[in-house]
Amino acid sequence: MLNKLIPHPLLSLTMLLVWLGLVNTFTLGNLILGTAFGVIIPMVTAAYWPDRPKVGRPVKIVEYFAIVLWDIIVANVQVAMIILFRREAEIRSHWIPVPLELTSAEAITVLAGTITMTPGTVSATLSADGSCILVHCLHTDEPDAVRDGIKARYEGRLKEIFQ
Amino acid sequence: MNLFAEILIAASLVISGIFGFVGSYGLIKLKDSIQRLHAPTKATTLGVGGVLVASMIFFFADTGRLSVHELLITLFLFLTAPITANFIAKAYMARNLRPGELPDSTGSCGWSVYDDPPEAVQED
Repeated sequence: MLNKLIPHPLLSLTMLLVWLGLVNTFTLGNLILGTAFGVIIPMVTAAYWPDRPKVGRPVKIVEYFAIVLWDIIVANVQVAMIILFRREAEIRSHWIPVPLELTSAEAITVLAGTITMTPGTVSATLSADGSCILVHCLHTDEPDAVRDGIKARYEGRLKEIFQ
Repeated sequence: MNLFAEILIAASLVISGIFGFVGSYGLIKLKDSIQRLHAPTKATTLGVGGVLVASMIFFFADTGRLSVHELLITLFLFLTAPITANFIAKAYMARNLRPGELPDSTGSCGWSVYDDPPEAVQED
Protein backbone atom coordinates (compact mmCIF):
# COMPACT_ATOMS: atom_id res chain seq x y z
CA MET A 1 0.00 0.00 0.00
CA LEU A 2 2.69 2.44 1.04
CA ASN A 3 4.68 1.37 -2.00
CA LYS A 4 1.75 2.24 -4.28
CA LEU A 5 1.22 5.58 -2.61
CA ILE A 6 4.88 6.62 -2.55
CA PRO A 7 6.59 4.70 -5.36
CA HIS A 8 9.76 6.74 -5.13
CA PRO A 9 10.40 8.05 -1.59
CA LEU A 10 13.61 9.89 -2.48
CA LEU A 11 11.90 11.73 -5.33
CA SER A 12 9.00 12.63 -3.04
CA LEU A 13 11.39 14.03 -0.46
CA THR A 14 13.26 16.00 -3.15
CA MET A 15 10.00 17.45 -4.51
CA LEU A 16 9.03 18.58 -1.00
CA LEU A 17 12.41 20.17 -0.28
CA VAL A 18 12.61 21.90 -3.69
CA TRP A 19 9.07 23.25 -3.24
CA LEU A 20 9.89 24.60 0.24
CA GLY A 21 13.05 26.13 -1.23
CA LEU A 22 11.16 27.74 -4.10
CA VAL A 23 8.58 29.46 -1.89
CA ASN A 24 11.42 30.34 0.50
CA THR A 25 9.15 30.52 3.56
CA PHE A 26 8.37 27.63 5.84
CA THR A 27 4.66 27.55 6.70
CA LEU A 28 2.24 24.71 7.38
CA GLY A 29 0.36 25.44 4.15
CA ASN A 30 3.52 25.17 2.08
CA LEU A 31 4.49 21.98 3.86
CA ILE A 32 1.12 20.40 3.00
CA LEU A 33 1.23 21.62 -0.60
CA GLY A 34 4.82 20.37 -0.95
CA THR A 35 3.83 16.98 0.44
CA ALA A 36 0.93 16.86 -2.03
CA PHE A 37 3.37 17.50 -4.90
CA GLY A 38 5.71 14.89 -3.44
CA VAL A 39 2.93 12.31 -3.58
CA ILE A 40 1.20 13.23 -6.85
CA ILE A 41 4.17 13.89 -9.16
CA PRO A 42 6.06 10.61 -8.45
CA MET A 43 2.76 8.72 -8.90
CA VAL A 44 2.09 10.32 -12.29
CA THR A 45 5.67 9.89 -13.50
CA ALA A 46 6.23 6.40 -12.01
CA ALA A 47 6.24 4.91 -15.53
CA TYR A 48 9.45 6.81 -16.33
CA TRP A 49 11.34 5.32 -13.39
CA PRO A 50 11.56 1.63 -14.26
CA ASP A 51 14.56 0.85 -12.04
CA ARG A 52 15.10 2.73 -8.86
CA PRO A 53 18.76 2.96 -7.97
CA LYS A 54 19.56 1.78 -4.49
CA VAL A 55 21.13 4.76 -2.82
CA GLY A 56 22.72 4.13 0.52
CA ARG A 57 25.15 5.54 3.01
CA PRO A 58 24.08 9.17 3.59
CA VAL A 59 27.46 9.97 5.16
CA LYS A 60 29.21 8.91 1.96
CA ILE A 61 26.86 11.10 -0.11
CA VAL A 62 27.63 14.14 2.02
CA GLU A 63 31.35 13.35 1.79
CA TYR A 64 31.07 13.01 -1.99
CA PHE A 65 29.29 16.37 -2.31
CA ALA A 66 31.89 18.08 -0.14
CA ILE A 67 34.74 16.64 -2.22
CA VAL A 68 33.08 17.61 -5.51
CA LEU A 69 32.34 21.11 -4.26
CA TRP A 70 35.97 21.58 -3.23
CA ASP A 71 37.18 20.15 -6.55
CA ILE A 72 34.91 22.54 -8.46
CA ILE A 73 36.58 25.50 -6.73
CA VAL A 74 40.05 24.08 -7.45
CA ALA A 75 39.03 23.35 -11.05
CA ASN A 76 37.85 26.91 -11.52
CA VAL A 77 41.20 28.30 -10.42
CA GLN A 78 43.17 25.78 -12.51
CA VAL A 79 41.19 26.44 -15.69
CA ALA A 80 41.40 30.19 -15.10
CA MET A 81 45.20 29.90 -14.78
CA ILE A 82 45.43 27.87 -17.98
CA ILE A 83 43.31 30.40 -19.87
CA LEU A 84 45.20 33.41 -18.56
CA PHE A 85 48.83 32.31 -18.43
CA ARG A 86 49.38 29.65 -21.06
CA ARG A 87 50.10 30.41 -24.66
CA GLU A 88 47.71 28.77 -27.07
CA ALA A 89 50.38 26.47 -28.53
CA GLU A 90 51.31 25.20 -25.07
CA ILE A 91 47.86 23.89 -24.23
CA ARG A 92 47.98 20.14 -24.81
CA SER A 93 44.50 18.67 -24.90
CA HIS A 94 43.89 14.93 -24.72
CA TRP A 95 41.03 12.54 -25.31
CA ILE A 96 41.08 10.00 -22.49
CA PRO A 97 38.98 6.81 -22.46
CA VAL A 98 38.07 5.82 -18.91
CA PRO A 99 36.81 2.24 -18.41
CA LEU A 100 33.77 2.13 -16.14
CA GLU A 101 32.98 -0.31 -13.37
CA LEU A 102 29.68 1.40 -12.58
CA THR A 103 26.68 -0.20 -14.25
CA SER A 104 23.58 1.74 -13.18
CA ALA A 105 22.56 4.56 -15.49
CA GLU A 106 22.07 6.96 -12.58
CA ALA A 107 25.56 6.36 -11.21
CA ILE A 108 27.13 6.91 -14.63
CA THR A 109 25.12 10.11 -15.05
CA VAL A 110 26.38 11.45 -11.73
CA LEU A 111 29.95 10.49 -12.66
CA ALA A 112 29.69 12.18 -16.07
CA GLY A 113 28.30 15.33 -14.46
CA THR A 114 31.08 15.33 -11.89
CA ILE A 115 33.75 14.90 -14.56
CA THR A 116 32.37 17.86 -16.49
CA MET A 117 32.26 20.12 -13.43
CA THR A 118 35.74 19.28 -12.11
CA PRO A 119 39.46 19.57 -12.95
CA GLY A 120 39.96 20.49 -16.57
CA THR A 121 37.84 17.66 -17.95
CA VAL A 122 34.59 17.34 -19.91
CA SER A 123 32.81 14.03 -20.37
CA ALA A 124 32.07 13.74 -24.08
CA THR A 125 30.37 10.43 -24.74
CA LEU A 126 29.90 6.85 -23.63
CA SER A 127 30.85 3.75 -25.55
CA ALA A 128 27.78 2.13 -27.12
CA ASP A 129 27.59 -0.60 -24.46
CA GLY A 130 28.11 1.86 -21.58
CA SER A 131 31.34 0.26 -20.41
CA CYS A 132 33.66 3.18 -21.08
CA ILE A 133 33.41 6.97 -20.94
CA LEU A 134 35.30 9.37 -23.20
CA VAL A 135 36.75 12.36 -21.39
CA HIS A 136 38.31 15.44 -22.94
CA CYS A 137 41.05 17.01 -20.85
CA LEU A 138 41.93 20.65 -21.49
CA HIS A 139 45.57 20.42 -20.50
CA THR A 140 47.62 17.56 -19.10
CA ASP A 141 51.00 15.97 -19.57
CA GLU A 142 49.96 12.65 -18.05
CA PRO A 143 46.64 11.34 -19.43
CA ASP A 144 46.98 8.11 -17.47
CA ALA A 145 47.22 9.97 -14.17
CA VAL A 146 43.98 11.85 -14.99
CA ARG A 147 42.24 8.56 -15.74
CA ASP A 148 43.43 6.94 -12.51
CA GLY A 149 42.47 10.07 -10.56
CA ILE A 150 38.89 9.97 -11.86
CA LYS A 151 38.60 6.26 -11.07
CA ALA A 152 40.00 6.54 -7.56
CA ARG A 153 38.49 9.84 -6.48
CA TYR A 154 34.98 9.70 -7.91
CA GLU A 155 34.14 6.27 -9.28
CA GLY A 156 35.27 4.41 -6.17
CA ARG A 157 33.07 6.58 -3.95
CA LEU A 158 30.08 6.37 -6.30
CA LYS A 159 30.39 2.58 -6.29
CA GLU A 160 30.02 2.60 -2.52
CA ILE A 161 27.02 4.95 -2.69
CA PHE A 162 25.08 3.21 -5.45
CA GLN A 163 25.63 -0.40 -4.43
CA MET B 1 24.38 45.73 8.09
CA ASN B 2 27.80 45.53 9.66
CA LEU B 3 31.14 46.13 8.02
CA PHE B 4 32.20 42.48 8.13
CA ALA B 5 29.19 41.39 6.09
CA GLU B 6 29.82 44.17 3.60
CA ILE B 7 33.44 43.10 3.14
CA LEU B 8 32.36 39.48 2.57
CA ILE B 9 29.74 40.54 0.03
CA ALA B 10 32.16 42.79 -1.82
CA ALA B 11 34.83 40.06 -1.90
CA SER B 12 32.38 37.48 -3.28
CA LEU B 13 31.23 39.89 -5.97
CA VAL B 14 34.78 40.73 -7.03
CA ILE B 15 35.76 37.04 -7.17
CA SER B 16 32.69 36.22 -9.23
CA GLY B 17 33.43 39.12 -11.56
CA ILE B 18 37.00 37.94 -12.13
CA PHE B 19 35.96 34.36 -12.88
CA GLY B 20 33.09 35.43 -15.10
CA PHE B 21 35.51 37.57 -17.08
CA VAL B 22 38.13 34.82 -17.36
CA GLY B 23 35.48 32.34 -18.50
CA SER B 24 34.35 34.70 -21.23
CA TYR B 25 37.93 35.53 -22.23
CA GLY B 26 38.58 31.81 -22.57
CA LEU B 27 35.94 31.70 -25.29
CA ILE B 28 38.07 34.03 -27.43
CA LYS B 29 41.44 32.59 -26.57
CA LEU B 30 41.04 28.83 -26.86
CA LYS B 31 41.28 27.46 -30.35
CA ASP B 32 38.49 24.97 -31.06
CA SER B 33 34.97 24.29 -29.82
CA ILE B 34 35.91 21.41 -27.56
CA GLN B 35 38.58 23.48 -25.78
CA ARG B 36 36.25 26.46 -25.54
CA LEU B 37 33.74 24.20 -23.85
CA HIS B 38 36.00 24.06 -20.80
CA ALA B 39 35.83 27.79 -20.15
CA PRO B 40 32.08 28.22 -19.59
CA THR B 41 31.54 24.87 -17.82
CA LYS B 42 34.11 25.58 -15.15
CA ALA B 43 35.37 29.12 -14.83
CA THR B 44 31.80 30.38 -14.90
CA THR B 45 30.59 28.10 -12.12
CA LEU B 46 32.54 30.14 -9.60
CA GLY B 47 31.43 33.32 -11.41
CA VAL B 48 27.77 32.53 -10.79
CA GLY B 49 28.56 30.92 -7.42
CA GLY B 50 30.17 34.12 -6.12
CA VAL B 51 27.07 36.19 -6.91
CA LEU B 52 24.89 33.62 -5.18
CA VAL B 53 27.07 33.57 -2.06
CA ALA B 54 27.02 37.37 -1.99
CA SER B 55 23.24 37.34 -2.32
CA MET B 56 22.86 34.84 0.54
CA ILE B 57 25.10 36.88 2.85
CA PHE B 58 23.28 40.09 1.91
CA PHE B 59 19.81 38.76 2.70
CA PHE B 60 21.05 37.07 5.87
CA ALA B 61 22.66 40.29 7.10
CA ASP B 62 19.77 42.46 5.96
CA THR B 63 16.74 40.47 7.11
CA GLY B 64 18.28 37.90 9.44
CA ARG B 65 16.62 35.08 7.50
CA LEU B 66 18.40 32.43 5.52
CA SER B 67 17.45 32.54 1.84
CA VAL B 68 17.48 29.17 0.07
CA HIS B 69 16.70 30.34 -3.48
CA GLU B 70 20.42 30.61 -4.11
CA LEU B 71 21.00 26.98 -3.12
CA LEU B 72 18.33 25.94 -5.61
CA ILE B 73 19.96 28.00 -8.37
CA THR B 74 23.24 26.23 -7.58
CA LEU B 75 21.49 22.86 -7.70
CA PHE B 76 19.81 23.58 -11.04
CA LEU B 77 23.08 24.92 -12.45
CA PHE B 78 24.91 21.74 -11.44
CA LEU B 79 22.18 19.66 -13.07
CA THR B 80 22.00 21.57 -16.35
CA ALA B 81 25.59 22.69 -17.07
CA PRO B 82 27.07 19.17 -17.56
CA ILE B 83 24.17 18.14 -19.80
CA THR B 84 24.54 21.19 -22.04
CA ALA B 85 28.30 20.60 -22.21
CA ASN B 86 27.69 16.96 -23.11
CA PHE B 87 25.35 17.91 -25.95
CA ILE B 88 27.83 20.42 -27.35
CA ALA B 89 30.65 17.85 -27.10
CA LYS B 90 28.57 15.25 -28.95
CA ALA B 91 27.61 17.72 -31.66
CA TYR B 92 31.29 18.62 -32.05
CA MET B 93 32.31 14.95 -32.32
CA ALA B 94 29.62 14.21 -34.89
CA ARG B 95 30.51 17.20 -37.05
CA ASN B 96 34.29 17.52 -36.81
CA LEU B 97 35.85 14.19 -35.88
CA ARG B 98 36.14 10.81 -37.54
CA PRO B 99 36.15 7.68 -35.34
CA GLY B 100 39.85 7.10 -36.12
CA GLU B 101 40.86 10.39 -34.56
CA LEU B 102 39.68 9.32 -31.11
CA PRO B 103 41.27 6.71 -28.85
CA ASP B 104 39.45 3.37 -28.91
CA SER B 105 37.04 2.54 -26.13
CA THR B 106 38.23 -0.12 -23.75
CA GLY B 107 34.98 -2.08 -24.08
CA SER B 108 33.77 -4.27 -26.93
CA CYS B 109 31.74 -1.48 -28.60
CA GLY B 110 32.87 1.80 -30.13
CA TRP B 111 31.75 5.27 -29.01
CA SER B 112 28.00 5.77 -29.06
CA VAL B 113 28.24 8.79 -31.38
CA TYR B 114 29.40 6.47 -34.20
CA ASP B 115 28.35 2.96 -33.16
CA ASP B 116 25.00 1.38 -32.40
CA PRO B 117 24.41 -0.29 -29.05
CA PRO B 118 24.83 -4.10 -28.98
CA GLU B 119 21.08 -4.91 -29.23
CA ALA B 120 20.64 -2.91 -32.42
CA VAL B 121 23.63 -4.64 -33.99
CA GLN B 122 22.19 -8.07 -33.25
CA GLU B 123 18.89 -7.23 -34.93
CA ASP B 124 20.51 -6.64 -38.31
